[in-house]
Amino acid sequence: MKPSSAHTEHWERTRRLTFITLGIWFFFSFFIHWFGAEMNNLSFMGFPLGFYMAAQGSPVAFVILLFWSTRKQEAIDEECGVAE
Amino acid sequence: MNGRFIDNLPKVYGLYTGGFLVFIGLMAILEQLGTPADTLGVLFVAFTIAIYATIGWLSRTMETGAYYVAGREVPSLYNGMATAADWMSGASFVAMAGGVYFGGYGYLAFIVGWTGGYVLVNSLMAPYLRKFGCYTVPDFIGTRYGGNTARLLAVIVLVVASFTYVTAQINATGTIAARALQIPFEVGVWFGLLGILLCSMLGGMRAVTWTQVAQYIVLIIAYLVPVFWMSNAQDFGLIPQLSYGAAVDRITELEALHGVGTMVPSETFPGLRALTTAHSMAPDSVLASWKFITLVLVLMCGTASLPHILMRYFTTPSVREARRSVVWSLFFIFLLYFTAPALATFTKLQIMDPNLATGIIGKSIADVQSLEWIQKWSSVGFLAISDSNGDGLLQINEFFMRGDIVVLATPEIAGLPYVISGLVAAGGMAAAMSTADGLLLAIANALSHDLYYKIIDPEADTRTRLIVARVLLVIIGAGGALVASLQLSSILGAVAWAFSFACSGLFFPLVLGVWWKRANRQGAIAGMAVGFIVGFWYLYHVRFAGGTPFLGLDHLRFGIVGMAASLIAMVGVSLATEEPDAETQAMVDAIRIPSGKTILDES
Repeated sequence: MKPSSAHTEHWERTRRLTFITLGIWFFFSFFIHWFGAEMNNLSFMGFPLGFYMAAQGSPVAFVILLFWSTRKQEAIDEECGVAE
Repeated sequence: MNGRFIDNLPKVYGLYTGGFLVFIGLMAILEQLGTPADTLGVLFVAFTIAIYATIGWLSRTMETGAYYVAGREVPSLYNGMATAADWMSGASFVAMAGGVYFGGYGYLAFIVGWTGGYVLVNSLMAPYLRKFGCYTVPDFIGTRYGGNTARLLAVIVLVVASFTYVTAQINATGTIAARALQIPFEVGVWFGLLGILLCSMLGGMRAVTWTQVAQYIVLIIAYLVPVFWMSNAQDFGLIPQLSYGAAVDRITELEALHGVGTMVPSETFPGLRALTTAHSMAPDSVLASWKFITLVLVLMCGTASLPHILMRYFTTPSVREARRSVVWSLFFIFLLYFTAPALATFTKLQIMDPNLATGIIGKSIADVQSLEWIQKWSSVGFLAISDSNGDGLLQINEFFMRGDIVVLATPEIAGLPYVISGLVAAGGMAAAMSTADGLLLAIANALSHDLYYKIIDPEADTRTRLIVARVLLVIIGAGGALVASLQLSSILGAVAWAFSFACSGLFFPLVLGVWWKRANRQGAIAGMAVGFIVGFWYLYHVRFAGGTPFLGLDHLRFGIVGMAASLIAMVGVSLATEEPDAETQAMVDAIRIPSGKTILDES
């Protein structure tokens, strides 16, 4: 099978979405936790912010991120005519 | 009911959940009528195992498609629940809150890592492997890269990683069965194995899928009910997960009062610990922050490489459903993981706060020792109190316990009825059994499909293949139970190693197989072999040979070293050798789009 232009466009857009998703993932996985001690000086809903982000904030962000990116990916599949 | 089982899923599992709640109610009534606590524990564990075994029996099959991938007809919501049960082990259920209790902020790396890993599964792996249409993870490696060497290496990594993990699970089922049924641990291990095999042997992946959904429902009810009940009974708030911020602050005050971190225990009890780490103190040096994020990274990449998780996404009807079921998996896992720190915080507050009736730190030792839950758990060696300084009062460094107590004893600390403790035992059993099932099946399927059928005897007929698969399942299960009964390693230590083994050997060969067309057979072989061997060597070096960890990468994080070696070897060797042929490149193009036929035919 030779990749058609629709397939090329589909993969371009899929790749872009994946990079954006992984960028957000990187931010909530590593970047913010590097500054845990600094964040702990701030308070959020009564929690020290650093503790909150590790215990709840990052997991919540991951759940929302996946709901969002899966919807986006399904839209890309539809628009490029490669959905099942 | 009319129609096929698969069309009636909401009704079947709705009835099942309702039936389980009625059963809990019945147990509560029995308790009021004066039934002894031990009998309730036995009833809880026996009743739930009987249900799982029934589902296993009803799902029996002699078709390879049903045995290996549940007939590829599992809807995303249910696959999400099954994956969550597959994923959350006895250790997650029993030990995670205890880990936060003792480790504080630093331990939260497990929560970040074990949730964020699903972003990698969703973005990089699951939909593409589903499009591939493989039965097992080595099936993908073997076909994408070609040749038996690559397939065999993938089988070896899979077996080592999964076996490390499964002994811990069988150990956990044994511990819970032994406690609930009042039998010796060595017998409990074999009893637990029997329950696990009843769920998986006759129906393979199909049976495991439908029992895992049932087990998820039990485990999540068993985890959440006590926490909500305790929080409301002790006025900590209606939704405990949102309202424990004040408790975190209060603990910081109490830590200063009780001298957490400054009062060092002067005695030791095997397997027990005294609290010495501050609850919410963040890593405050570059090395500490580095250790936090490297642990997060290893757990995430391990999650995305563990075959018993990836193979769950082979069971959906389509690529879209595979992707959606990763989202549901993360959501259902999240429900437990964001509750664990709340539970740890409230339990710690109840033990430490002198203003609460449950507080024990700072009270007189004689009073504390007369408490029922203290007596009960110290008699089984889960807890110890010792008046090290002889002042008659209980200091923070004189109270020793096992982390598991946080989940197991919370109902009793908070004075909830015993029926809740029985429920928690059933939940722990469900968590450990469901993970053990998934792992045993992953190992047995790789050996029967990839080693026996694809490498040793490609002519084997369906009947022989399925009999070999079942015999292997029993042998590996027995091997796991044997190792578990020797009690060689602690539950969590072995579990964390499995993640490092998996990501050292499999992460880059899987990811690059989809995302880098230039990756070829020689590169994949080098990536798996070098990653795995370097990872193994490094683990031996820091854990057993007394070597100094490089950049703070200790035995929990050896996967970082393994993965780095794997990446360098795979990219270097791929570039130094020929690029894959046109057929392989077309195959990679085909797995990148959801529509069209799968790469491998169903057979």
